[in-house]
Amino acid sequence: MDNLEPRFRRVARFVSPVDRGFAAIVYAGSILFALLIIGLFVELVLGSWPSIAAFKFSFIWKSEWDPVSNKFGALPMIYGTVVSSFIAIALASFVGIMAAVYLSDFAPRWLANPLSFLIELLAAVPSVVYGLWGLFVLAPFVRTGLGPVLQHVLGWTPLFAGPIYGVGLLTGGIILSLMIVPTVTAISRDILVAIPRDLREASMAVGTTKWEMAMRVVLPAARVGIFGACVLALGRALGETIAVTMVIGNRPQISASLFAPSYTLASVIANEFTEATTSLYISALIELGLILFFVSMIVNGVARLMIWSVRGSDRTA
Amino acid sequence: MASSSEGLASAQLALRYAGLRRRRVYAMLGTGLALFCALLAAAVLLAVLGYVVAQGIGSINWEFLTQLPHPIGVPGGGVGNGIAGSFIMIGIATAMAIPIGLLTGIYLALFGRGPIPEALRFLSDVLSGIPSIAIGLFAYAVLVAPLKHFSAFSASFAFMMLMLPLLVRTSEQAIRTVPQVVREGALALGMSNFRATVRIVIPTAMPAIMTALLLAIARVTGETAPLLFTAFGSQFWEFNPANPMAELSLQVFTYAISPYPTWQAQAWGGALLLISAVCILSVGARLMLRRSQGLQL
Amino acid sequence: MIRSLSRWFSTLGVVAAMTLPAVAATQLTGAGSTFDYPFFSKAFYIYSQQNPDVTVNYQSIGSGGGIQQFTAKTIDFGATDVPMNASELARAGQPVLQLPVTLGGAAIAYNLPGVTKPLRLTRQAVVDIYLGKITKWNDPAIAKSNPGVSLPDMPIVVVHRSDGSGTTYIFTDFLSHVSPEWKSKVGTGKSVSWPAPSAVGAKGNEGVAGQVRSTPGAIGYVELAYVIENHIPAATLQNRAGRWVPVSPETVAAAAAGRPDVNASNFSIVDEPGANAWPISGYSWVVVYKKPSDANRAKLLYNVLTWLVGPQGQSNAKSVDYVPLPGNVQATALSTLKQMQH
Repeated sequence: MDNLEPRFRRVARFVSPVDRGFAAIVYAGSILFALLIIGLFVELVLGSWPSIAAFKFSFIWKSEWDPVSNKFGALPMIYGTVVSSFIAIALASFVGIMAAVYLSDFAPRWLANPLSFLIELLAAVPSVVYGLWGLFVLAPFVRTGLGPVLQHVLGWTPLFAGPIYGVGLLTGGIILSLMIVPTVTAISRDILVAIPRDLREASMAVGTTKWEMAMRVVLPAARVGIFGACVLALGRALGETIAVTMVIGNRPQISASLFAPSYTLASVIANEFTEATTSLYISALIELGLILFFVSMIVNGVARLMIWSVRGSDRTA
Repeated sequence: MASSSEGLASAQLALRYAGLRRRRVYAMLGTGLALFCALLAAAVLLAVLGYVVAQGIGSINWEFLTQLPHPIGVPGGGVGNGIAGSFIMIGIATAMAIPIGLLTGIYLALFGRGPIPEALRFLSDVLSGIPSIAIGLFAYAVLVAPLKHFSAFSASFAFMMLMLPLLVRTSEQAIRTVPQVVREGALALGMSNFRATVRIVIPTAMPAIMTALLLAIARVTGETAPLLFTAFGSQFWEFNPANPMAELSLQVFTYAISPYPTWQAQAWGGALLLISAVCILSVGARLMLRRSQGLQL
Repeated sequence: MIRSLSRWFSTLGVVAAMTLPAVAATQLTGAGSTFDYPFFSKAFYIYSQQNPDVTVNYQSIGSGGGIQQFTAKTIDFGATDVPMNASELARAGQPVLQLPVTLGGAAIAYNLPGVTKPLRLTRQAVVDIYLGKITKWNDPAIAKSNPGVSLPDMPIVVVHRSDGSGTTYIFTDFLSHVSPEWKSKVGTGKSVSWPAPSAVGAKGNEGVAGQVRSTPGAIGYVELAYVIENHIPAATLQNRAGRWVPVSPETVAAAAAGRPDVNASNFSIVDEPGANAWPISGYSWVVVYKKPSDANRAKLLYNVLTWLVGPQGQSNAKSVDYVPLPGNVQATALSTLKQMQH
């Protein structure tokens, strides 16, 4: 059983004029919404056309980013975006879902509200503040504290080998995870709280511990909605610009080490757009935005496929 | 129904194969882990907040809140116009985002099956992954370039697009968690679909929608990138949304990356203001909701 | 909630009414270089106090943004660290005037724990560090310039700007002048592909300075104003005349003074031969249309810009760590401006 009504049935009461007007307004709002996004896509394509015409597909698998000689390839940025977002969502979903479980089922009432409020406040911190805090506090911590520890324990893997600068892919991923944790926690908590009490009571009646109830009964019941929260949070991570660009090292290279400086699609756009003057340069940057649009589509598509395979016939997510 | 009976079955299996003491230990460890995660998130916030407060509290005074910015070398000055601008821009954006987001959420909840609603959900998720600077460029192409004029309204448009995915997804979610019986009860009493939805279903879903709204506002409060090509910024008082206008997070950004310690201190003060504003908004909205509905939130 | 909202908006209306006289002045808009922003904000503030019927709204959206908006005619004037080239001028469609308005320089900041005397670097050493040829601080090439200083055996972390910037432009222009290898391999630009293996990009001057400050063994280039305001250790360079010069407004001005004939197509003043010249110096430019569409605004714009490049406007530069235009360059700027139809 899941907490969501599987079919909010299109009950036959749309005959009255009020209802028809209501339906029309609802349709209008949704169409407007769709048009906005399609318009965005069209603008991106139009803006990146000169670059698409010049480079065609080599843009995606080439690694060189040289504005002076007008040679552009986006592969290192795609790599950096995907890896940093992956780190971010891995950290944030674990911490966020655990925190949401605690807040919904275990926290005493006097603690639950203030604590969840505090976590949501993380979303209110401006991007540039995260960037500066990351640069002045987190990066030195990674360079002198976390990095050496990880290298000591896991340095035999290529992931944690190499020089530690403080800024790099790992630091970028950590900052991103901080920024998306409130989304995961707040939405997950809302979903968990909305799960009917009878499910919980049935589980306890059978004799499970509270933890088992949360992990084996409540969480699976909420998993579709929580997955949706994670996808939303992942979207934020993919598109984050200012905070990431201050701690990721801004080096268009592909390196196995998580400590190495890297670059993301959104960071390049934020860094270079305001100073780009040739039309090829500008359209190459807009094409990066288009690639991000497609990356977002692919990630969401994969997520949906996973949801469909899990839920079987009931496909609404 | 399938997943929860599986869940109960697996819970029963767990009961059979594990001793009670061991299960209790796991439970304690698990609860501890969950508590640790919650505290970790809160602790990081306190660390960041503490840093901002330490750097910025010195700048906050009445002059800072009400004056126009001063250039370097002229002491004092403030971010008064930025505060006003932020209110106006985010206010307009919210006013535009709520109807579109809520209506789309209602559409998805009421007519949820089929390729078109699926496509809408998909588009919404894709939109949430677009960098804010790309959305700013879209707002520029649609509202600034044709009119040859920067405006606060175009920034509101960009903000609105940033807020929509969160609103759409959560309002759909919230409406669908309202039990079917509530809606059917209203319809059985003879209400039209319109009244049933607007008067009964949406108010029931309001707490979750409110959370989403606050999250969405918090999200755009700190955004800078879309503003560069839309609101443009200003050093002067401006209340007409058709003109370039100052905005607090934009000022924070400009000051933060400048060389001058006085400006950097003001940047931190502005950042502190931004966080406080969202904080106050959150608390205020929750208190209002609690009072109007008598619910425990 | 509605009631409190309407109360808020009516308060807003009252405030608006009180400030309306100030808003009634004509507002000119300009945008572009972030480098110019502190100087412009000071100068235009003073100007508006003396001429209350004109206000100037300048926003730092970057030189590229400034040129884009200027071409799109959404602003009255643009500001850019690198003058518009032939293709950009062609895209503007109308004749454009470009005049220098201020001077700046890039300093070489470093973080060497234990080294208290200012570090000395030859021009070639700087190039080789950024090419990745010199990788450690105790390399003989650096030690030769710093006798008696014990340089640590540390790897050099090369920091550069990740965002496109005029500071990067004059720095890479300098490197291209000094080294043909740099010129062919990397070139000059606001954004380049950095060859050093240990290179790390940081956003903005704040980013580079912050990175250098928190990474022992780091070296990076930042605007002069930054070094002065934040007391960051900056290297002394050997200029083309062979003399060791520190970075300061005086040495930057000395670089400019040697080239009074600067104009939009011949604007580079890096690596000047003057005895006291700082090798990494550059101008910043304002672009206006020769014949702006609105005659009233053209007149006001002309007055503002004439004031800006004249002695009164330039006197504001020193207080914000900017370098005023030398007298002969002021004259050049004024004569260019006179071509504007106002």
